[in-house]
Amino acid sequence: MKLLVCISKAPDTTSRIAFTDGDKRFDESGVQFIVNPYDEWYALVRAIELVEAHGGSVTTITVGDTTCDPIIRKALAIGASDAVRIDANPTDSSQVARLIANYANDKSYDIIFAGKESIDNNSSAVPAMIAECMDLPYVAFATSIDVDGDVSTLNCESTGGTNNVTVHGAFVLSATKGMAEQKIPNMRGIMSARTKPLTVVEDSGVTAPTEVSKFTLPPAKGDCVMVDADNAADLVRLLREEAKII
Amino acid sequence: MSVLVYIQTQDGTATKAGLEVASFAKNMNVGDVTALVSGTLSGDGGLGSVGVSKVLHFSEAVTDNAQLSKLTQAAAKNAAASTIVFSGNNDGNAIAPRVAIALNVGYVSGVTCLPEGKTFTRNVFSGKATAAVNVLSDVRVISITPNSFGIKPDAVDASVETFSADIGAQRVVINGFTPTSNDGSVPLPEAERVVSAGRGLKGPENWGIVEDLARALGATTACSRPVGDMGWRPHHEHVGQTGLTIRPDLYIACGISGAIQHLAGVNQSKVIVVINTDPEAPFFKAADYGIVGDVFEVLPKLTEAIKAL
Repeated sequence: MKLLVCISKAPDTTSRIAFTDGDKRFDESGVQFIVNPYDEWYALVRAIELVEAHGGSVTTITVGDTTCDPIIRKALAIGASDAVRIDANPTDSSQVARLIANYANDKSYDIIFAGKESIDNNSSAVPAMIAECMDLPYVAFATSIDVDGDVSTLNCESTGGTNNVTVHGAFVLSATKGMAEQKIPNMRGIMSARTKPLTVVEDSGVTAPTEVSKFTLPPAKGDCVMVDADNAADLVRLLREEAKII
Repeated sequence: MSVLVYIQTQDGTATKAGLEVASFAKNMNVGDVTALVSGTLSGDGGLGSVGVSKVLHFSEAVTDNAQLSKLTQAAAKNAAASTIVFSGNNDGNAIAPRVAIALNVGYVSGVTCLPEGKTFTRNVFSGKATAAVNVLSDVRVISITPNSFGIKPDAVDASVETFSADIGAQRVVINGFTPTSNDGSVPLPEAERVVSAGRGLKGPENWGIVEDLARALGATTACSRPVGDMGWRPHHEHVGQTGLTIRPDLYIACGISGAIQHLAGVNQSKVIVVINTDPEAPFFKAADYGIVGDVFEVLPKLTEAIKAL
């Protein structure tokens, strides 16, 4: 099987969030980047497991500049066969999706994987958009996948429950918790990742229909009001009279 | 100018998330609100109560997001909609981006408040910042973070019209559906009150005190990642960076230390209460109210005090 996994770089969870360029852009200086956890732990690892079981290849695809290369090498170390980087600096989910779809359109991938969202933009939009661009079925928020020839069976989180679904032929999925367990690259993986192919593709030029006019940090949280453990009922009073929440 | 809203129903009536979406659309105040419903609908599905003036009813229940995308496009054309609004739940998040691509227009997901002109506000960096997003196209598709706006009654007479459209073939077939909870509580992403517990509960057999408090409050239960990973609770209850992101009015964290990954999933809650034996637990820094104490003693007291209200 021929699988494509979309991975993006994301700031490490403990990163300081700050903005630059008139608060229009994320300040990347001093930030440690990781593979977006949903892309790595769930999408990539499951794709590698499927190829280990059924044979084939896992290609990763990333939209971004050379600062993405370390996380791409990490994905190769975990077990991807090769990688593609589209050399662009997108500002909108639809740009990312159209660039990936433009690349993937004539490559006959069996399944295109992505994480359910990135931990920086949190849009949960790119996989659905790729599916629409390529007129493919989309299985969202998948927690498991089994493949038997041309037929894939998945569990996916719908509103208020889990659907068990079947899809024939090529499709796009977004992966969430349950799909696979985190996989730590071993030394052999890390060494071989250095020589695996990373193809850089030119920006095919797609405009963004939205723009961020300003990023804002939330106001500082006020002090926590402490209530004595022996007087728990006082908390209920505060929630009713002060916070007016119950 | 009009606004089209995609509404999910249960037993023929708009869901809580659906009513919130309709209410948001009405309060955008940019024109009539038209609702699109597929499947069973009784009367106007309760949509007139939140300001929907017309309901387009597609009688067949549609589940494939590619088909729902086509259906929404047809309804948007019918209603001459300049804004198309979805709930930012799992279902809405699977359809809305498709519609934006098909119409070649801007998409803003996870909107948290009414827009100013064409500028929408959404949370980014897992709740650690907000972004003001301008939509450059004439038409826009948005999704609303569940429980961020609420339901504001605004009764009008809603007309119901049977609607048909060519939506293509179904390609994703549902074999079965397993509800996450059978106790009738509100799904976590839509819950206004959440009682969540972590390793401080010491074992799955001790969850009774958490459930008692949740029941007394009319809250939904949640848990931290280790608790989900150890199988003490089903993993769909896991809130945090790799689980669900929620935005309840009230979040009560019991025996959860408050690792940054957990905070990423709950820091948009309006009021956070933390109960922990360790006064140095990082969660207290993100809390509005705190109790340093043993959950096994504090929770039953809280439950009693709430029942006494």
